[in-house]
Amino acid sequence: MNLADWRKRDSFYEASARRRILGLLDQNSFQELLGPAERITSPHLEQLGFPVSFDDGVVIGSGLLNGKKVLIAAQESGFMGGAVGEVHGAKITGLLQLALISHVTAVLLVLDTGGVRLHEANAGLVAISEILHAAFRAREAGIPILVLIGGNNGCYGGMGIFARCCDYIIMSEEGRLSVAGPEVIETAGGVEEFDSRDRALVWRTMGGKHRYLLGEADRLVVDDIKAFREVAIELIQKPKPLTLESILQEHQRLGERLVAYGECKDALDIWKKIGIPEFDAIPLMDNDAFHSIVKPYLPREGTEEET
Amino acid sequence: MMELLKFEFPGHRAPLRPMRGSAFAGVVNSGSLEVLIESVDLGGRCQVEVKTSANGFRSTWDAVLEDFFARNRFADIKVSINDFGATPAVVSLRLDQAAAEIMEMGAK
Amino acid sequence: MNVEYALDKICPGGYQIKKDNLVISGHGVCKGQTFAIIGTIDHAAIGIEVAFDLAAAVLEVIQRFPQRPILLMVDTQGQRLTHRDELLANHAYLAHLAKCLELARCRGHRVVSLVYGEAVSGGFFATGMMAERAYALPNAQIRVMALQAMTRVTKISLEQLDELCKTSAIFGPGITNFVRLGIIEDIWQGDLENCLDRALRLPADYDNRAELGCERGGREWAAKVAFRIRMSAEKV
Repeated sequence: MNLADWRKRDSFYEASARRRILGLLDQNSFQELLGPAERITSPHLEQLGFPVSFDDGVVIGSGLLNGKKVLIAAQESGFMGGAVGEVHGAKITGLLQLALISHVTAVLLVLDTGGVRLHEANAGLVAISEILHAAFRAREAGIPILVLIGGNNGCYGGMGIFARCCDYIIMSEEGRLSVAGPEVIETAGGVEEFDSRDRALVWRTMGGKHRYLLGEADRLVVDDIKAFREVAIELIQKPKPLTLESILQEHQRLGERLVAYGECKDALDIWKKIGIPEFDAIPLMDNDAFHSIVKPYLPREGTEEET
Repeated sequence: MMELLKFEFPGHRAPLRPMRGSAFAGVVNSGSLEVLIESVDLGGRCQVEVKTSANGFRSTWDAVLEDFFARNRFADIKVSINDFGATPAVVSLRLDQAAAEIMEMGAK
Repeated sequence: MNVEYALDKICPGGYQIKKDNLVISGHGVCKGQTFAIIGTIDHAAIGIEVAFDLAAAVLEVIQRFPQRPILLMVDTQGQRLTHRDELLANHAYLAHLAKCLELARCRGHRVVSLVYGEAVSGGFFATGMMAERAYALPNAQIRVMALQAMTRVTKISLEQLDELCKTSAIFGPGITNFVRLGIIEDIWQGDLENCLDRALRLPADYDNRAELGCERGGREWAAKVAFRIRMSAEKV
């Protein structure tokens, strides 16, 4: 990719929550709910003497995506590591509950978070669980929930589990998705278990490319808000309700993964086992090269059919 | 601990009318701040409320805000700030961004 | 507290469980009604295999025993913390378990959980917190993270965290905190068979934890904020 192409990119990674929303939705269609002027701040942070944010670090509202009515939430990467506290979580939960009563086509969740906001501990944990329950209600009603991951904090902790309970996950290579973070693993098991400062290791284990190859991310896009938008436009038309059949298929896949890759010591071993040529060059490949090389090795059901 | 600072400034004698009810700029991460500007009937004056993690800098804030209101023709404006240790330069930047937004001027 | 001790009290009429490593599954009888027992023992660290086996147990109940209530017995130290678990996507296995429990509820299984030992973050999130209602024994402990780890991440001193544990329901692993926050519906003591029977007689409801937390004074804003957003329906 040349310099001119790079300059044209509207980086998802660099963008603020509001910028991401404005770039994803149709122009002039976004209407924020409980915006900064409402001053819905965190009473717990206030009490602890920490700085608060007028939107408690998450922007929510409604708008149009290619003419279709959607609800959207985007976590602000820079505030408290995007972590979920009582008020922050309730904004997302309320949004999902709103989806049920306002007949929207889909809900888009731009997640950029370390998980539970530890400053709010127990309240943060239940906040994420309430988000999950509300999401299941929306899914049951046929409203697809799309998760978009491509920011600085990745999507970790309870929110990592939550993301995987939604209809689709769209990631960029820059994104990371997991439950336990590198530092937590290193603290528990030592640097031999996980060297949290080895960035290449972090991305091989939890990053967009690996998650995509494993079947954990539905789509892998370039770091460009427009690229996320295009995929979202396609996927909001295709809800994936939870049925016994779909869950049994997933169970089968997850069981096969344990057998196929259970002995693998590193992502490189997995990629090699999948059969991808030049597997050790995967981290260096640009998006186009990556997709053209891996496509024959990744049969995918549903949205991406093999040609 | 957070320090709460309040300021009041006389409004401009010939103010420009804001195009929007409120505007917002910035993110509260370390070394930064968020600024909320609202159009409020204050009898022609301007008010500022700052919650800051960096204590003891009242006079610095005074100077930055004085400069801000000297450069902008505002009256009946309330400015609310959550600050996490931003430098005066960053404060001015965010104030200007929010000001431009409430007047709907300037580049995105 | 070992699981047999708790189960002896919950189903004096008898129960049968098999143990497979850290996972138990089986059934018991409560006032004449058969219910499924699924859970973990020995403060299980929930990694990919344990999560998968728990999911398999839930799926077996769904397929073989329609409408049978499920009691989740929770004793976990949280998600297993290894490179391998993350490599193979533990978050997906935990999510799969959560989805299986959700499917069970959608298909008419009552799902109730009991924290009889400890319950920690992701491990609790994907098990006990997926129930319609979560209960706990009086000595149970629930936590998000150990204080030493929390102090590093939050930059709040250990002394201040210790103090907060005593004064704020938001911190601190004691069960009464979790009741106050609406996360735990009630504490089971005395006649545990009665407790389960009562739990199964409550109407199967939507998630009312935020309202509970508000009523009990532990968590006032979650319910209010969500309510305000729901009231914006005409703006959408």
